[in-house]
Amino acid sequence: MTQAIELTGVSKTYRPPRKKPYLAITDIDLAIGSGQFVSVVGPSGCGKSTLLSLVSGLLPASSGTVTLNGSPVTNVRTDVGFIFQRDALLPWKTVRENVRLPLEFRGVPRSAADQRVNEWVHRVGLAQFGENYPHELSGGMRKRAQLAQVMVGDPATLLMDEPFSALDVQTRNLMENELLGAWGAAGKTVLFITHDLEEAIALSDEIVVMTAGPGRIKARYPVGLPRPRNVTEVRFEPEFVALYERAWADLRDEVTRSYERSLRIS
Amino acid sequence: MVHSLQVFVIAAFVGVWEGLGQLGILDKFFYSRPSLIVPRIWGWLAEGYTPTSIYRDIEVTLIETVLGFVIGTLLGVAIGYAFARNRVLGQAFDPLLSMFNAIPRLVLAPVFILAFGIDLASKVALGVTLVFFIVFFATFTAVRDVDQTLVDNVRVLGARRRDVTFQVLLPAAFSAIVASLRTSAGFAFAGAVVAEYIGSSVGVGRRIANSEAFFDSTGVFGGIVVIAALALALDAFLQVVEGWFSRWKPRLER
Repeated sequence: MTQAIELTGVSKTYRPPRKKPYLAITDIDLAIGSGQFVSVVGPSGCGKSTLLSLVSGLLPASSGTVTLNGSPVTNVRTDVGFIFQRDALLPWKTVRENVRLPLEFRGVPRSAADQRVNEWVHRVGLAQFGENYPHELSGGMRKRAQLAQVMVGDPATLLMDEPFSALDVQTRNLMENELLGAWGAAGKTVLFITHDLEEAIALSDEIVVMTAGPGRIKARYPVGLPRPRNVTEVRFEPEFVALYERAWADLRDEVTRSYERSLRIS
Repeated sequence: MVHSLQVFVIAAFVGVWEGLGQLGILDKFFYSRPSLIVPRIWGWLAEGYTPTSIYRDIEVTLIETVLGFVIGTLLGVAIGYAFARNRVLGQAFDPLLSMFNAIPRLVLAPVFILAFGIDLASKVALGVTLVFFIVFFATFTAVRDVDQTLVDNVRVLGARRRDVTFQVLLPAAFSAIVASLRTSAGFAFAGAVVAEYIGSSVGVGRRIANSEAFFDSTGVFGGIVVIAALALALDAFLQVVEGWFSRWKPRLER
């Protein structure tokens, strides 16, 4: 199997001006096969999001090598789709204008671009809201617009940073199922960051548990649950429950450690 | 209901002014009276367009305002953007700019009149110094504080440097400029009128200075009323412009 994402001996030290440098992640060795759906879970502040910044090239690694789709990551990569945790739509552009952006940047001719924009605005259920501005949409709709914006460029790899964490449980389940549907059809590689172990197991082929900061890989668990899955129902499978208990034992220690550390600092 | 109240308040103000004038409590020599001011303005308006008419004064004042506003805005945007994008440049010039900003700009009017003469240039120059700082600070803050997520997102979506500038940074600055539009245009107008008052041969400010020289308080107040009307019209127009450019904003932020 070819590797879509490969990190070897990667670490990242942040050097904020006038503050002490700190090590966010270290000793990361991780290879993700093409077409795999892999989730990373860990306590807050363990450097999960840093992983995505390194893979996308938004930040350089301090040491080690990052390889994406067969070539080393040296600057910002546009062959990935990045779903940010925070709102990333341009507030002064309508949904349709936002979704068209990546095609505009690539110089796709207007009529061809419009066709693909229409297709994706429809697929995420925002056909009625194409001319609306982001602030006029609900949080779930904005996330869907963001998904359309990323998918319209048809990236082979998706990086998702807690994309659904700000949504209510029902919307979240709907979005997770939609994501699985889209992923299953397209065969994309997904690196998914979450702090929610249930979400990780329900969606993924494999979950990676990270330690409290500086983040290291603590354990990796393959998820053997059959597909297609329904994220709401799969939680009741005995295999799901067993896996959850094992992974939670790992994660709990790290969450506790991270929490105790935060108490000491404050 | 609110409208009739508003009309009542204005009518009462004018009525009290007129009444106190008629009774001799307000000295006509200093304060004039609405019943004298209105016919005076009417006379100006009836004069028709000549090089000394009110129309010519208004025309000149508005040209000065627009030029001061446009040049001040362009300079403010260009320098605000450059300073926000270049930390060293921004830090190097910070004390100098703060110093200039601390000067009450209206005292510069005599300096500009000496340097640029009594024609258009000195009025525009004063307007520019007033508008520049407002637009400069608005642009600088907007570009510096632009949400990094927006920049990261468009970069991964394939934006080049130029795209980041034109799709994210300048629109962010533009929205701050639009928000400060009414303030900065108001300052350009004030700058033009004050500089005219201090030294010029034409303009609404000049008309007030002329009347003052002849102890003609009716002419002074007539000029003030014309200025107030122009300022109100300008503001109403800019409110429409601002609304048009703020369609994408949530209501509360408008």
